[in-house]
Amino acid sequence: MIKGSLTLDPKIIRQDFPIFQQAVAKPLVYLDSAATSQRPSKVIDAEMEYYQKYNSNVHRGVYRISVEATEAYERAREKVARFINARSPKEIIFVRSTTEAINLISQTWGRTNIQTGDNVLLTEMEHHSNIVPWMMLCKEKGASLRYLEVDDDGFLSLDQLDSSLDNRSKLLAFTHASNVLGTINPAKEMIRRAHDKGALVVLDSAQTTPHMTTDVRDLDCDFMAFSGHKMLGPTGIGILYAREEILDRMEPFLYGGDMIKEVHKDSARWNDLPWKFEAGTPNIAGAIGLGAAIDYINGLGIDQIRAHERAITSRALDMVQSIPGITVYGPKDPDKRAGLISFNIKGVHAHDTASILDTHNVCIRAGHHCAQPLMEKLGVPATTRASFYVYNNNEDIDMLIHGIEAVKGVFKL
Amino acid sequence: MSEDLYKEIILDYYKNPRNYGTLENPDMKAMDTNPLCGDELEMQIKLGESDKIADIRFNGKGCAISMASASILTEMVQGKKIEDARQFNKEELLGAMGTPNLGPVRIKCALLPLKVLKLAIYSHLGKVLEGDDRNL
Ligand SMILES: Cc1ncc(COP(=O)(O)O)c(C=O)c1O
Repeated sequence: MIKGSLTLDPKIIRQDFPIFQQAVAKPLVYLDSAATSQRPSKVIDAEMEYYQKYNSNVHRGVYRISVEATEAYERAREKVARFINARSPKEIIFVRSTTEAINLISQTWGRTNIQTGDNVLLTEMEHHSNIVPWMMLCKEKGASLRYLEVDDDGFLSLDQLDSSLDNRSKLLAFTHASNVLGTINPAKEMIRRAHDKGALVVLDSAQTTPHMTTDVRDLDCDFMAFSGHKMLGPTGIGILYAREEILDRMEPFLYGGDMIKEVHKDSARWNDLPWKFEAGTPNIAGAIGLGAAIDYINGLGIDQIRAHERAITSRALDMVQSIPGITVYGPKDPDKRAGLISFNIKGVHAHDTASILDTHNVCIRAGHHCAQPLMEKLGVPATTRASFYVYNNNEDIDMLIHGIEAVKGVFKL
Repeated sequence: MSEDLYKEIILDYYKNPRNYGTLENPDMKAMDTNPLCGDELEMQIKLGESDKIADIRFNGKGCAISMASASILTEMVQGKKIEDARQFNKEELLGAMGTPNLGPVRIKCALLPLKVLKLAIYSHLGKVLEGDDRNL
């Protein structure tokens, strides 16, 4: 591939995103899709159409628009199932977010299956949402938490994975890609090794499902969690995937309407999958919007999206690293890295960098990125992070570089 | 807006912090973090005659705004009576920094040192933050 040439054409793609179509003096340079993506009109329209044309509650109505709403909601579930290659839509639970999905696992499966003396293995590159639920569970149960170390290049060690798992290891929970380092972990191999030792695996795919193929059957994970809002979909809708036989044996998470088959004064029977885990009125518009987001992603092609981001990331890595006084964290090989770059400018705090970039209308994130154990490991209080998606182009990277030069100018570096 | 936030005075105090460090056996001290970025700041104070601030030091990591604010604040309250330091308000500090319009996010960085100073004073007085100080 010629350097700088892109698989997708962001100029055309941007026309689908209202936020980039506003008449503004300075173009919006949005480099924070790892926090949340922008949304195309198709997603916004799908949600609006539900509210305007067939707004009603799902599952219980006999009238036409409720049937329509139910069908649209369940169709969205089928789209998610196909997108991650689940065996059945029953394995797709709609939740609020990655965070809620992981809490659901720890509160139900975890409470039943983790006992005193057991251990849960995490990695040093986890997002707080894949640390704290396990920390609290382990405290409650008298189990212990273990962490796989991140090496200087931002990688985990498979040997350490093997040596950290013993016959009391019930679970390995790890992120498919680090939201700080960008490292793409060898998930399939890690899952195989964990299964060899008898542990189940939770895969946090918040940073990969939006950007590359995440095939749950090929990966063979037991649970997977991701968020709609990072994949062009609405906020407030997330996905828990789990193998059907595991879900069958799990206790419900929340109790109430929709998740029951029948209720008597002192007993209740749970609904079938997946509704057993969806108590109360769900985020109907959110699910429908997520379905539209998946259609949009499929229209572009997930492999094309990955290739596009790889090209942008590769160019950005080269350019950022060539600036004197910049430290880039994580793998140097763009094949091993998701579409994001965390860095620091020597002598400048990440927040100051982000504030000055903001004056150039460049949106990047600064802080600990909800990964404080990793920050401790890196020995920095914060990093600045630029992250990319389908609508980013080479000019965005040029603006980032220009902004970094401006920061150095302000601080007279 | 924020490029001129980084005025000479801020950059100067950031690069050459005043009163940075620690004290031996301080009479008062407090620590807090900025939840937005996790930055930590500690202040230590030694009292002199008639409850005046004889020596004050801060330490921690932070952005230019919070580090400059800490330096400027420590200079401003040095020699003040505890009660006067307790009444020192954020407008005085922001005025001295030359940055009255920081915006809702970055103002938290500027005010963290003031909050830590107040925490030290209130806890020395055996009280919890009261009035406007609760909103710092
Ligand atoms: C790796 C990773 N896991 C989990 C999350 C949490 O996602 P959410 O805030 O949507 O629950 C994020 C997003 O910030 C993330 O990057």
